[in-house]
Amino acid sequence: MIVDCRGRRCPLPILDLARRIGEVAVGRTLTIEADDPAAPPDVRAWCRMTGHEFVAQATAADGAAALVVRRLR
Amino acid sequence: MGAFLDAAAGTPLHPAAREALLAALAEGWGDPGRLYGAGRRAALLLDAAREVIAGGIGARPDEVSFCANGTQALHAAVLGAIAGGRPSREVVHSAVEHSAVLHAIEHGARAGHPIAVDRLGRVDAAAFVAAANAPQVTVAALQAANHEVGTAQPAASVAARIPVPLVVDATQTVGHADLPDGWSVLAADARSWGGPALGVVAVRTGTRWRSPFPADDREGGRIPGLPDVPAAVAAAAGLRAVLAERREVAARHRAMVAHIRERVAATVPDCEVLGDPDERLPHIVTFSCLYVDGEALLLDLDRRGFAVSSGSSCTSSTLEPSHVLVAMGALTSGNVRISLSRDTSEAEVDEFLTVLPGAVAGVREQLRP
Repeated sequence: MIVDCRGRRCPLPILDLARRIGEVAVGRTLTIEADDPAAPPDVRAWCRMTGHEFVAQATAADGAAALVVRRLR
Repeated sequence: MGAFLDAAAGTPLHPAAREALLAALAEGWGDPGRLYGAGRRAALLLDAAREVIAGGIGARPDEVSFCANGTQALHAAVLGAIAGGRPSREVVHSAVEHSAVLHAIEHGARAGHPIAVDRLGRVDAAAFVAAANAPQVTVAALQAANHEVGTAQPAASVAARIPVPLVVDATQTVGHADLPDGWSVLAADARSWGGPALGVVAVRTGTRWRSPFPADDREGGRIPGLPDVPAAVAAAAGLRAVLAERREVAARHRAMVAHIRERVAATVPDCEVLGDPDERLPHIVTFSCLYVDGEALLLDLDRRGFAVSSGSSCTSSTLEPSHVLVAMGALTSGNVRISLSRDTSEAEVDEFLTVLPGAVAGVREQLRP
């Protein structure tokens, strides 16, 4: 599942992430696409603080960060 | 109601500094470079101020120069060390240096090599030493302690193991904690100890440091132009007073910061307290909260009478998150830095701790549609 957070400023991307993580099954991944410079560090910190796994960061075609998170609980 | 909890950004003048400033405005207005009476009086005041400040930072008076403020002191310290070194001009520095240090490196060095920090914000000393021993590196820069999260850096241990001058940013440390041994160039900011705006650059005798400015014979040839004599006098009086009361004030600050760390973690859900709990500046404490707009929280606390600062991107003019928090892997949103002054009382801290959970909850509530 991809959640498009383009144009959403800190802390909205991690709020979106928290709201949508429940829509994927435990063990599956969700990708947040965000152009806010605070999103890459904050998605990692969110994973650490809430017990999910940060899997990878890639760059989308338009330069936005694509942040892959695995639901662990 | 409320409290000023952003002392790291500057406080009202220490009473001793204020008194000295008023006297020096009357007595020290002359040009200390002139030979007539008013000039000689200003020169005597300036010499005395230099001696006190040098003593306070563990330097000799002839190693100390004054400039306008802490940012300029950091710029001069770094740029002069680069200018005095070999032409390869590569600088090793921690990833969490003050932006003034990073900007000076960007401006004057051929390349900068940031060294990673751990979750607490402390630089990897072994990696720092290894990088600073590379042949093309001519300068190393490491803060005494971090200005955003308070974590002390291993500057003394690093200094002993590198072959290049170590520039130490002590702009948040002087007046609050012991300075590390082994620095070659040190920058300080009189506002950190209750003085007026005044930068201090100290260059150890024998260090390869060359003024990055056009030639001028003031301030040992290191900083061009007339120094602000009344500001130097006030800064010296403030430093002397602050150092005399430092043990007692630092112990009080340590206890308050430990209390804040414990209460914030216990009463604010989804929040992490940052920085080393023990090896740290006594007066700074920082935390970040999930699902909180840092700017909204700062403004809400301001309405309740509390002044704090934030490293969240929404509070910066560039909309970039704090490079310190990013380097630590810390949450950058909902970030609050509290810094205590000598006047901060336990009652003010308790009032802040009472108000904070509701302020965070209220700001979180605004984000829900």
